[in-house]
Amino acid sequence: MYETSYTRATSIEEAARLAAEKGEEAKYLSGGMTLLPTMKQRLAAPEMLIDLRHVGELKGITVDGRAIRIGGGMTHAEIAQSDAIKAVCPGFTSLAGLIGDPAVRHMGTIGGSVANFDPAADYPAALLALGGTIHTDKREIAADDFFQGLFETALEEGEIVTAVSFEAPDACAYEKFRNPASRYAMCGVFVAKRAGGVKVGVTGAGSDGAFRWSEGEQALSGNFAPEAVDGLTVPEGNMLSDIHGSSAYRANLVKVVTKRAVKKAQGH
Amino acid sequence: MTDVSMTVNGREMKGSVEDRTLLVQFLRDNLGLTGTHVGCDTSQCGACVVHVDGKAVKSCTMLAVQASGASVTTIEGIANGVELHPVQAAFREHHGLQCGFCTPGMIMTAVDMINRHGSSLDEKTVREELDGNICRCTGYHNIVKAILSAAGAAQTPAMAAE
Repeated sequence: MYETSYTRATSIEEAARLAAEKGEEAKYLSGGMTLLPTMKQRLAAPEMLIDLRHVGELKGITVDGRAIRIGGGMTHAEIAQSDAIKAVCPGFTSLAGLIGDPAVRHMGTIGGSVANFDPAADYPAALLALGGTIHTDKREIAADDFFQGLFETALEEGEIVTAVSFEAPDACAYEKFRNPASRYAMCGVFVAKRAGGVKVGVTGAGSDGAFRWSEGEQALSGNFAPEAVDGLTVPEGNMLSDIHGSSAYRANLVKVVTKRAVKKAQGH
Repeated sequence: MTDVSMTVNGREMKGSVEDRTLLVQFLRDNLGLTGTHVGCDTSQCGACVVHVDGKAVKSCTMLAVQASGASVTTIEGIANGVELHPVQAAFREHHGLQCGFCTPGMIMTAVDMINRHGSSLDEKTVREELDGNICRCTGYHNIVKAILSAAGAAQTPAMAAE
């Protein structure tokens, strides 16, 4: 790891001020589960790390009826263990429990994951399917507008993800097809069913990061059953391709994993 | 250099580190607590697992400065004098190690797992929660058996080898 300097912020205002002073040489450090490995590999070398882990305003989960709001500093473990979220949206807590491993879940945060937008990150699939909102220290952004491309979000320089929020759907589930070695999603699908229709968020497969599978949404809105997507073909054009799986393989996975997710959601 | 202070295994420890120093380097190089191992150095193998404020974390993926002010427990801190911690004793009893390199991390992960699940632990949960700890010798059966035994779990794993 190249040299860096560490500063611990205790408020959002302080963190944002430090970042503004330092400019693009500063990086926010939340759980560090992606940033620190990246720095160790010398793929990133921020001059300054601004630690957000001690910012109280980023903590907390509120569930008001079916409205869920999760502070950006909440860890995957805290989300996975939240009985309040589980009571209205068990698909979301079970997703959080599938991220990394127990030690990673103790440190990694939802705000960090959302801001980083790794193409295999799990939360983006859920937030797209749930029609979620990403709250920052400056504004609120709909998930559809927030996630823009590989590691690319609507966040501006120095902007902090303070929370995410969404309304619990009638039924939802997440299914993850893991790379057997890295355990990251080669394809993860979150389906959410509401009276107004079904939404399908896909992660791990797309070359521009998580996306909504609109053909699948249409078919499932008519008939919320695994066989509803049988006749569909996912185009391979926008799929990732690497030594673990070709784009054709991933395109087919989208369909297969969606069917499994629908089956799981029916069981809830 | 930055001054850090943390409670390590119940004792106040201070040190001066570069901000980029990893917690595992501070524990091993500054404090001489070499029971915590570095296996992969890429947060996958779990040989470096310690507890920070009561939670299992990978000390190769945390900066020492991040842990300043926290309470850290390492493998050296869990036995009661010469009396092994129940999880250590169970690993010995059930032969949950061969070369021993992964064992400190395995045991710290197991203690955390038992803290959270207690005697409701079952074999499936143990195997799932060992996701972040890699052992290249045992094939895991006896590790799982040791953890279930230490947890006082009702279920005896059918697969465990003698």
